[in-house]
Amino acid sequence: MITIEQRAEFRKHFRYNIGRRLIVDKIIKITVLGCVALAVVPLASIMYEVFTNGVAALSVDFLTQVPGAVGSDEIGGIGPAIQGTLALIGLSCLIGVPIGILGGIFLSEYGNNKYGRTVRFFNDVLAEFPTIVIGVFTFVIIVITIGSFSVWAGSFALSIIMLPIIMRTTEESLKLVPVTYREAGYALGIKRSVVVTRIVLTAAKSGLVTGIMLAVARISGETAPLIFTILGSSQFMTGLDGPIDALPLRIWRLSSLPYDSAQTQGWGAAFILIMMIFAINIGVRYVFLRKRGTSMLKFKMFGGVR
Amino acid sequence: MMMETMKTPVANVSSVDKGRYKLVAENIIASYDDIVAVKNISMKFKDKAVTALIGPSGCGKTTFLRCLNRMHELTKNAKVTGKVLLDGEDLYSNAVDPIINRRKIGMVFQKPNPFPTMSIYDNVAAGLKLNGINKKNVIDEIVEGCLKMVYLWDEVKNDLKKPGMSLSGGQQQRLCIARALAIQPEVLLMDEPASALDPIATQKIEEMITELKKEYAIIIVTHNMQQATRVSDYTGFMYLGDLVEFGETKQIFENPRNEITAKYVQGQFG
Amino acid sequence: MSILNIKKSSGKTDKIFKIAALASATYVLVIIAMIIVNLTSGSASVWQKEGLNFLTGSDWNAVEGRESYGAAPYIMGTFVTAGIAMAIGLPISFGIAMFLSELAPKILRTPISFLVELLAAVPSVIYGLWGLFVFRDYIQSWIEMPLHNLFGDNVIIFSGTPFGLDILTASIVLAIMIIPTVSSISREIMLAVPNSQREAAYMLGATKWEVFRMAVLPYSKSGLIGATILGLGRAIGETMAVTMLIGNSTGSAAFPQSLFQPGQTMASIMANEFAEASQGGLHLAALIGIGLILFLVAFGINIVAHLLVARMVKSHEGAVLA
Repeated sequence: MITIEQRAEFRKHFRYNIGRRLIVDKIIKITVLGCVALAVVPLASIMYEVFTNGVAALSVDFLTQVPGAVGSDEIGGIGPAIQGTLALIGLSCLIGVPIGILGGIFLSEYGNNKYGRTVRFFNDVLAEFPTIVIGVFTFVIIVITIGSFSVWAGSFALSIIMLPIIMRTTEESLKLVPVTYREAGYALGIKRSVVVTRIVLTAAKSGLVTGIMLAVARISGETAPLIFTILGSSQFMTGLDGPIDALPLRIWRLSSLPYDSAQTQGWGAAFILIMMIFAINIGVRYVFLRKRGTSMLKFKMFGGVR
Repeated sequence: MMMETMKTPVANVSSVDKGRYKLVAENIIASYDDIVAVKNISMKFKDKAVTALIGPSGCGKTTFLRCLNRMHELTKNAKVTGKVLLDGEDLYSNAVDPIINRRKIGMVFQKPNPFPTMSIYDNVAAGLKLNGINKKNVIDEIVEGCLKMVYLWDEVKNDLKKPGMSLSGGQQQRLCIARALAIQPEVLLMDEPASALDPIATQKIEEMITELKKEYAIIIVTHNMQQATRVSDYTGFMYLGDLVEFGETKQIFENPRNEITAKYVQGQFG
Repeated sequence: MSILNIKKSSGKTDKIFKIAALASATYVLVIIAMIIVNLTSGSASVWQKEGLNFLTGSDWNAVEGRESYGAAPYIMGTFVTAGIAMAIGLPISFGIAMFLSELAPKILRTPISFLVELLAAVPSVIYGLWGLFVFRDYIQSWIEMPLHNLFGDNVIIFSGTPFGLDILTASIVLAIMIIPTVSSISREIMLAVPNSQREAAYMLGATKWEVFRMAVLPYSKSGLIGATILGLGRAIGETMAVTMLIGNSTGSAAFPQSLFQPGQTMASIMANEFAEASQGGLHLAALIGIGLILFLVAFGINIVAHLLVARMVKSHEGAVLA
C-alpha cells in the first residue's frame, strides 16, 4: 500500500515541466493550422484562376464551335471536346455500370469466401492502377487490333477505370441493407435473384447512384488513358469508331500552344470541366450521402477521393 | 406516479461528524448542450473513506463526478461553475492550467480502457513518463507498488511486457486503476467501475476498494445499491440534478430521511 | 403448375443470376490478366533487344538503325518525384487530419473537410494547367532562385539555373495532389479512435498534443500506413500534372541530380512520346515496356500495403480499423 507520505515522496520526482509541455502544445497547434492553410491556399488559387480566366473565354460560340486553325484569328471553340466527353461518359457507363453493379452484387451476396476475397483484393488493386497503364493496354488490344483510334477504345479504357469504383460502392451499399430485408423475402418464398434485384438493390438505390456519379466525376477528368485511345480531333464525332476530342485532352493540347488565345480557351475548358465535376461532387454529398449517413470512409477510398 | 412533492434536499450540510475532508465541492452547476445536469450541488468527501453516489439514470451523478477532476469541460458545449477544493486548494482557479489539476485526481471509467498498443508495464507507467519521471528504478518501484495495490502484481509480474489487452476484462479494469494510482493522486474517482464485469471480477474490485480506502479518498458512482452498502462509508443520493440526501451509508439505506430517498433505496424506482 | 415445375424455373433464374454476377466479378481478374499479358507481348521486342539492360540502361535513341532504349532514368525519376512529394505532402496531410479530428471547432470541421475533398476532385490536367501558368512562376522566383543563388555552387541538388519546369515543381504540385487523399482517409481513421482512449490520457493530465500522441496516434497507426500507401500509389501513377511540369528530358540527362533540372517519370515519358511512337516499332515497344514496369511497381506497392495492414491488424487486436 502506498501511503500518503510515500505519495508525497514519489511526487517529488515529478519534474515541473508543465510550462514546457504547454509551449510544445501551443507550437503544435500553430503548425497544424499552418498545414491547413497550406492546403487551402492552392485550392483557392486554382479556383480563382480557373474562374477568372475561364469565364473570360465563355460564349455560345466557345461552347459549340469547332476549334479554329492553330494560330489563326478565328479561335473557334471547344464544341467537339464537350460532345466527346459526354459521349465517352455515356458509353463508358453503358459498359461499366452493369458489370460493376453485378460484380458488386457478387461480392456482397455471394462473395463471403476465398474467391470473393481474391476478387476484392484485385479490385482494390485495379482501383489504384496508374490510369496511363490502362490507356496503353487499351491501345494494344483495341486500337492496334482495329486499326484506328475510336470512341469505343476510349470508352473501354474509361470503363475499366470506373469498374472498381462501382463494384466497391455497390458492395458497400448492398451490405448496408439489413439482413432482415433478405430474410423477409426468402420467408415469403421469393427466389434469390428477385430478392436481390427487387428488394435489396432498390433499398440500396441511393448508394448505387452515388457510386456511379462519383465514378463519372472521376472519369470525366481522366486524360492519360485518352491519349492512347481517342487521339483527339478538331471535328465533331464522325462515328463511334473514329477519333474524337474530349475536354481534358483538349485542355492538355491547348496548354502546349504558345498563343494567348489558346491559353484562354484552355482556362475556359478547364472551367467547364471543373464545374461539371464539382456539381457532381456537391450533389452527391448533399443529396445522397447526407440522407443515408453512410460511411464516408469506404466511399472515399474507392470513389470520391482519388 | 413519481415525485409529486420534491422535498427540500436535506443534504447540503453533511450530517456526519466533522472529520477531515479531503475534497470539498461547492455550488457545482454543470451543463452540456444547454441541459443543466447538475443543478447546484455542494458535497464534502472524507479522506480514507469511500463515498458512493447513487441515483437513477440521468440524475447527474456521472456529470458531477467528472466535474471533480475537470473532465466535464472536455465534453462539447460543456459549462461548469463552482469550486472544488482539494486540501483547501481550488482546482477551478484560473491561475493554473487544468492539466495540472487533473493529475492530482485519478479516474477510472465504466468500460476498461487500457492503451491497446502499450504493454502492461507501459500502461501503468504512462502517466509517469508524461509528468517527467524518467528514472527507471523509480518507475519500476511505482509500477510494482500500484500493481500490488490492485492485486495484479502476482498475476502479471512475469509478463509485464505483454500487451495490456491480453488481460481479461476484470484484470484490464484493475490495470486501469493501477494506471490511475500511478500518478500519485490523493483522491480516486470511479465511475461504475464494475458494471461491465462479471460477479467474480466485481468482487475482486470491491475487496480492492476496501483495502485502498485505508490510504485514499475514494468516490464511486454506482447504480448497484448493494455495492454501495458493501463498500461505502458515506452515500449521496442524487435525483434529477439535485443532491437529495447525504449521510452515512447505514443511515441512508436503513433510515432515509427523505421520501424520495426511501422510495429509491427500497427499489420502487430505478 | 406442379411444385416440381416451380422449383425448376426458380432454380434456373437464380442460377443464371448467380452466373452473371460471378462472371462480372471474374471480369476484374480477366482484365488484370489481360493487361499483364498484353503489356508483355506488346513490349516483347524491346525486351528481346535490350534484355535486362532495359531496366538499367539510359540510352534513349529513336533514330532508325541505332535504336536503343533504357528506362532507368525514368524509373528513378518516378521514385524521386514521388519521394519528394511524400516528404512534403505526408506531414501536411497528417497535420490537416489532426486538425480536423482533434482541434477544429465543430463549425469549422465540415467546411474545411469539404474544401479538402474538392481539392481531390480537381483533375490532374487542371493541376497541370494551373501549375504551368500560375504556380510555376512563384516556385521559380520564391523557392528555386533563392536556393540556387545561395547554394547552387556547392550543393548538387540546387545546381543548374532554374526555369521552373523541373523536378522540384512537379514534385511540389504532386505533393498538393496527394494531400486530399491522405488527409481525408487519415482524418476518418483518427475520428474512429474511441473517445474513451482520449479520456484516459486526459485523466493523466495530458495536453491535447500528448493525448493525440498517446491515445490517438498508436491506435491509428495501421490505418495511417494504409493511407500513406494510397498516397504513394497515387504519386507514382500520376501522369498529367507531372508531364506538364517536369520539363521533358530524355536519356541520361533525365537522371535526377538537381531539383532544378528537367526530368522525366515513367508516366510522363509515355504521355510525352506516344504521338511519335504510335506508328509502331521498337520505340512503341519501349514505351509499352515502361508501362509494364510502372504497372509492376504499382502492383507491388499495393501488395505490400495490403500485407502490411493485414499484419498490423493481427497483432493489435484492439487497435483495428474496419
